[in-house]
Amino acid sequence: MTAPSAMKEATPLPEINAAQAVDVIVGFIRGQMEQTGFEHIVVGLSGGVDSATVAFLCARAVGPGNLLGVRMPFSSSSPASETDALRVVTTLGCPTERVEITPMVEPLLEAIGPENPALNVRRGNVMARQRMIVLYDRSASFDALVAGTSNKTEMLLGYSTQHGDMACAFAPIGDLYKSQLRAVAAELGVPREILGKAPSADLWPGQTDEDELGATYDALDRLLYALVDRRWTRARCVAAGLDAALVDTVMRRVARFEYKRQTPPVAKISLRTPGIDHLYPRRRPGSRRD
Amino acid sequence: MEVRIALAQIAPRLGEVEANLELARDRVHAAAAEGAQLTVFPELALTGYLLSDLVPEVAMPRGDPRLAALSHEAPGMLVAIGFVEETDDHRFCNSAALLRDGELIGLHRKVYLPTYGLFDEGRFTRQGDRIRALDVGEPIGRLGLSVCEDFWHATLPMLQVQDGASLLVNIAAGPARAPGSAAGTRAIAGWHKMQDTYALLGTVAVAFCNRVGNEEGLTFWGGSRLLGADGSIVVEAPLYEEALVVGTLQTDDLRMQRYQLPLVADERLELVRRELDRIIAERAGLPLLEPMQPTEVEERKA
Repeated sequence: MTAPSAMKEATPLPEINAAQAVDVIVGFIRGQMEQTGFEHIVVGLSGGVDSATVAFLCARAVGPGNLLGVRMPFSSSSPASETDALRVVTTLGCPTERVEITPMVEPLLEAIGPENPALNVRRGNVMARQRMIVLYDRSASFDALVAGTSNKTEMLLGYSTQHGDMACAFAPIGDLYKSQLRAVAAELGVPREILGKAPSADLWPGQTDEDELGATYDALDRLLYALVDRRWTRARCVAAGLDAALVDTVMRRVARFEYKRQTPPVAKISLRTPGIDHLYPRRRPGSRRD
Repeated sequence: MEVRIALAQIAPRLGEVEANLELARDRVHAAAAEGAQLTVFPELALTGYLLSDLVPEVAMPRGDPRLAALSHEAPGMLVAIGFVEETDDHRFCNSAALLRDGELIGLHRKVYLPTYGLFDEGRFTRQGDRIRALDVGEPIGRLGLSVCEDFWHATLPMLQVQDGASLLVNIAAGPARAPGSAAGTRAIAGWHKMQDTYALLGTVAVAFCNRVGNEEGLTFWGGSRLLGADGSIVVEAPLYEEALVVGTLQTDDLRMQRYQLPLVADERLELVRRELDRIIAERAGLPLLEPMQPTEVEERKA
């Protein structure tokens, strides 16, 4: 058995130069705005570190007056979450709106039909998609693009809802592991209260990501870094002291949720098919709105 | 003699040829005001990088008057710039043009098209099949043009040196990988080490111009540099920002460098060729000529 210190040595998550990462991401956001012809951004604020970081990045890129932070609590959401979401808008000085989703979610679940045995998951997905509807609706009024708040850890583990929290025009923190985010958030001046709390989807009281995922973000990120960034095999991960059961679980999750990270396959019938041999950059001459 | 060289580290707009021509014209003027005799632009400066199926839309023949006109407004100045070239037989190449006084005086078609990892060039463009040094007259003499990945194959710049190049010009569109981490720093350091090594082993000056800006999720890192024939940094552009940097090379430096360190003159091309022939034959499973035939040069020496 490898000692924990050796394990850390075997798969260290690289130190990130937060200032440089911020510069690159802010440049990326500005590029997206310029290439699409938009000036405003909408972001959903949960009170967590991911959406707070995205809000700070967007505010730096386009100015706080051009960012709309939307808080969308559900009846079971923790009051602390909303306090923290408000802390983000107060610190940034950006416009904000509050749209409670409880009166949308409950009737929807009832109207669709009888309870699903996996109610928490069903409810969580409906909540995430309801928030997406609110964000996209507000983006039309605010003449804005919706910024994504998914990080690399949850994208790889598929710990997210398709057409829900994954829906966005661009993904500023999609290549940052959860445990790298804190450094970036601290660099940006995200309030301490938000940096310090346990990550949670806050879909039901007491829920935490780490309980649900069955490991700490630190362990998950080290493992994902080894598997994905360094392309290590299962055998090498295990030899380096990473927990074999966790390696298997994570490898399965990464493979199982590949579909969430890609557009759906199209059955090729014609001579030229979007996504297969009709290949263009997302932004090109003519794609910028006037 | 002195050669003043400008590196125009720009952020081209993807697919917008007219806007990029305007940007290039602007930088040519600025470089002329700085007294530059050669201005180097990045790879695909006139088109942007992540083109995919935009390639045929932005391509131009080497004789396109818009291309040549870039050098019209700065008499006597050499301009090296990247564009998508459509050949007469409709091959689409990632090319570097060398222009002067409203004329195309040289051309290099990217030989090595990266088609791995985040790169997909071989899917949309065709590879070049010439590695040459181009005679541009005094004070530079001969110059070796190459495009980005070409520099990751040491044989290419070293052949240009053997073909008489006193200056290697590499134009690039290098996307940052893992910016802000040690791996990202290593990636940039890799580029710099390689340039230092060419300057050292080729006893040759190196002008490297890399683009900046964003396309899709990619950020290009810039960091353009001009190195003297002794490997010293003459001038260096910042990372990630647009810049026009100008530096002066002393051609006498090259002369003394080549006297002190005659690596280029001592290269044994005949031996290299024989070994290459052997390796190529062995890899292809072809019979070797045994005993190996002496070459003309060796016969003369004997």
